[in-house]
Amino acid sequence: MRALASLVCGFIFGWGLFISGMIRPEKVLGFLDVLAIPSGNWDPSLAVVMAVALAVTGLGYALARRRPPLFASQNQWPTQTAIDRPLLAGSALFGIGWGLVGLCPGPAIENLATLSPPVVVFVVAMAAGMVAYHVWETRGAASAERALAAATAADG
Amino acid sequence: MANFTPISAAIGGALIGLSALLLMRLNGRIAGITGIFAGLIEPQSTEWGWRATFIVGLVAAPLSAALIGYTLPIPQMPPSVAIIAVAGLLVGFGTRLSNGCTSGHGICGIARLSPRSIVATGVFVVAAMIVVALTRHVVGG
Repeated sequence: MRALASLVCGFIFGWGLFISGMIRPEKVLGFLDVLAIPSGNWDPSLAVVMAVALAVTGLGYALARRRPPLFASQNQWPTQTAIDRPLLAGSALFGIGWGLVGLCPGPAIENLATLSPPVVVFVVAMAAGMVAYHVWETRGAASAERALAAATAADG
Repeated sequence: MANFTPISAAIGGALIGLSALLLMRLNGRIAGITGIFAGLIEPQSTEWGWRATFIVGLVAAPLSAALIGYTLPIPQMPPSVAIIAVAGLLVGFGTRLSNGCTSGHGICGIARLSPRSIVATGVFVVAAMIVVALTRHVVGG
């Protein structure tokens, strides 16, 4: 049931990106291009998408907050609250990549449906970036552990 | 604002919001595409099933739209493969480092009024706007 529910959610999400035009990178770039405001060529559609999505999700989350989900034991709300360097640096890097092409992860993956070769390149690179992060993070954790072990050994 | 499409944007936004809400009510999960996708491709991933079906649904949506007569638009991408690859790497690495993208931070996070997600969204939107300003009006202009 969980897999089926998730399939339906992915499908609705995909339709949302499709209908709103946010599947098209050129439409997203039309929003990000704020210097086009004076000439009247700016496209604020993305802001409308975000505002309506936020209204629906925000209201729904507020009502659903304490209710357990139908097909799982509990709601898994994110627990991180820190506004730290990884959050800021990661968001900045993501924003640079987003601005270069106009694709963020959802529309990028959805556009695989078009079998467009540049989109395949983008998604493969995106996956590589995620794996690179994973490797970097696990190595960092491992070396921190070794340093701690060494320090403890030296102290002990 | 010749390109402004407020009605389709509102309908699409409502569907995205509905999807995020349903995923929480049904499976108790945040609809963050980065987390869902990364959980599929990184080693030691858990709960493969629901993540995989979400992605299948996401890709099936435009295909079903094409089946019922919509045109499936071919995305306009930069001509340079190098730029596309660099952008993909930055998006992949950056979204993992900050733990979320437009869906996870931008919609689910802000919907919870999470200060962390509000800051993240502000940073990536402004960074992207600066890059577009540079590439379209300074370098390319």
